[in-house]
Amino acid sequence: MNGAQVEFRGLRRTFGTTVALDGLDLTVAPGELIALLGPSGCGKTTALRCVAGFETPDQGAVLVDGEDITRVPANRRDAGMVFQSYSLFPNLNARDNVAFGMRVRKVPAAKRHARAAELLELVGLPSQGDRYPHQLSGGQQQRVALARALALEPRVLLLDEPLSALDAKVRVTLREEIRRLQLSLGITAIFVTHDQEEALSVADHVAVLRAGRLEQSGPPAEIYDRPATPFVAEFVGTMNHLPGRLSGDLVEVAGQRLPVHGDRPATSEVDVLVRPETVLVTPAEDGDVLIVTSSFRGASVRLLLRLGDGTEIVADLPGHDAARFAVGGRASVRLVERPVLVATRTPASAAPEAVTA
Amino acid sequence: MAALTPAALPDVEAPARRPRGGGSRRAGIWRGVVLVVAALYFVTPLIASFVFTVNDPVAGFTLDAYGEIFTAEGFAQSLLLSLGLAVATIVLVLVLTLPAMLAVRLSVPRLRPVLEVLCTLPLVVPPITFVAGISTVLSWGPDYLAATPFYQTIFAIQNPTFPVVLVIAYAVLALPFVYRALDAGLGAMDVRTLVEAARNCGASWPVVLLRVIVPNLKSGLASASFLTLALVLGEYTIARLLGFQPFSVWIVTVSGANPQLSVAVSIFSLLLTWLLLLVLSTAGTRRSRS
Repeated sequence: MNGAQVEFRGLRRTFGTTVALDGLDLTVAPGELIALLGPSGCGKTTALRCVAGFETPDQGAVLVDGEDITRVPANRRDAGMVFQSYSLFPNLNARDNVAFGMRVRKVPAAKRHARAAELLELVGLPSQGDRYPHQLSGGQQQRVALARALALEPRVLLLDEPLSALDAKVRVTLREEIRRLQLSLGITAIFVTHDQEEALSVADHVAVLRAGRLEQSGPPAEIYDRPATPFVAEFVGTMNHLPGRLSGDLVEVAGQRLPVHGDRPATSEVDVLVRPETVLVTPAEDGDVLIVTSSFRGASVRLLLRLGDGTEIVADLPGHDAARFAVGGRASVRLVERPVLVATRTPASAAPEAVTA
Repeated sequence: MAALTPAALPDVEAPARRPRGGGSRRAGIWRGVVLVVAALYFVTPLIASFVFTVNDPVAGFTLDAYGEIFTAEGFAQSLLLSLGLAVATIVLVLVLTLPAMLAVRLSVPRLRPVLEVLCTLPLVVPPITFVAGISTVLSWGPDYLAATPFYQTIFAIQNPTFPVVLVIAYAVLALPFVYRALDAGLGAMDVRTLVEAARNCGASWPVVLLRVIVPNLKSGLASASFLTLALVLGEYTIARLLGFQPFSVWIVTVSGANPQLSVAVSIFSLLLTWLLLLVLSTAGTRRSRS
């Protein structure tokens, strides 16, 4: 089973006045797992459905291994799909669900049962073949759906937020198993998600979509460390907005001078985007930084700090440091010396956004 | 149930529960009263009819009236005609509505209200108007068309051994019931996802319909079928006015001559309908459980 190359070429799709896809160009290399990431309504699911054949683009084409499949009916495409909602056929048990596609293709009964058993073992449900969907948990149902999607040995696997209906723990284990399976089968996979952590942790490539267009595509580390646009910076991970002043190639922020990465606005007064984990905090009795709140998260602790000039900033520290920073205490702050992204100053820049996530 | 609940709960909740328990006991009594009244209303005429058919003023208890049913002229023929019409109507109305409802649900949800109104219309058209319209259409046509397939079709659908025109008329009458039953069934499942999952597994549209939709719509299909069955077995106006003789018309025809026989036939047709409904509903539930 080998993966195919998938190419979106100038894909455009509108629903009434809503533009779901607005000229999407993206190439997925064979055998790669790409995550389509974006807020709801950014067109990621529409793009996936164009590959599955459930949507026809108004303009543009979808190519699999260089072959235009835009007009091929959904039932003759070489792509297995796992849906967001539970999609198993309620009248069939797990084994028959997995074997459904083979039954449609008239594979002999003995052969398709053997293959279904093999696939159920692959997704970790070797003894659940006789169970009906309503007797399986959500996670188990999605495993069966995954086995069903792989049954016809497709060259592309489509995952439409397959984990969003599951609880947190199952979500993490299942996403790792999907990744393991995808790697061992060498199949090309397109994984649609709005969960940036999910995207960063399983994908070879992350493509961030915004309003039907590709905002940035690259390996997870690049997306996180060097977001090409403020939108990506904001959407992936948490970001501090600090007021800064441009001078040449450097930007002056919180008493430090840091190199600038990416585009600069025309004005010299800018917002500097800083990740919470690049804020170094040390307790200091005479520091000019006030610790406003502290929220302990086990492995890490997130502090909300107020700088001397009233700017608030969020910092992430290792959890075992939590005891050293009491709320109401004083500290000093330094930013890690690395290129930072700047954006046009927004009126609300004094308060850090996206403190959640 | 009401008596058990307070015991299973902490004491604090018991006082709060008591009024409700009393209320449900009172409701229970009323339920019984309603049941008895309703039972009297329905069962009394049935028992009276039955007694009338088996009680001969001279010979006492006799089942002769029931024996006569089976030897009366036209019995088997009209009964078979009615059953045939019922089966044909069920098939026709399902073949017409199910794909249409699916198509509307999947691709043009905006048209759902239109379809709903269309399917409900037959309820507001009185049968007498309906049949007047049908006979006007059937008798229309200038003579020079006599040799054309159009005329031949008009004649063919009025063949008294199997009047297709009745099937068409009954399919229209059954639309409101069938639509409701199927709509409820389709509403209970995630049609779009199931259809897409099946398409993704390589299923063509007929396979999607027969392997995915139909097996998951069994209870809806069963109730649509037995509503149609009951409707066809009991329909009189249209069949009578168009001059055909299915079972319902036959019952009225024989009743003039022999009152005991006619009442016996009514009881027989009731039992027959119940039996058929029972068969249909158990078939439906057994298949969906397996």
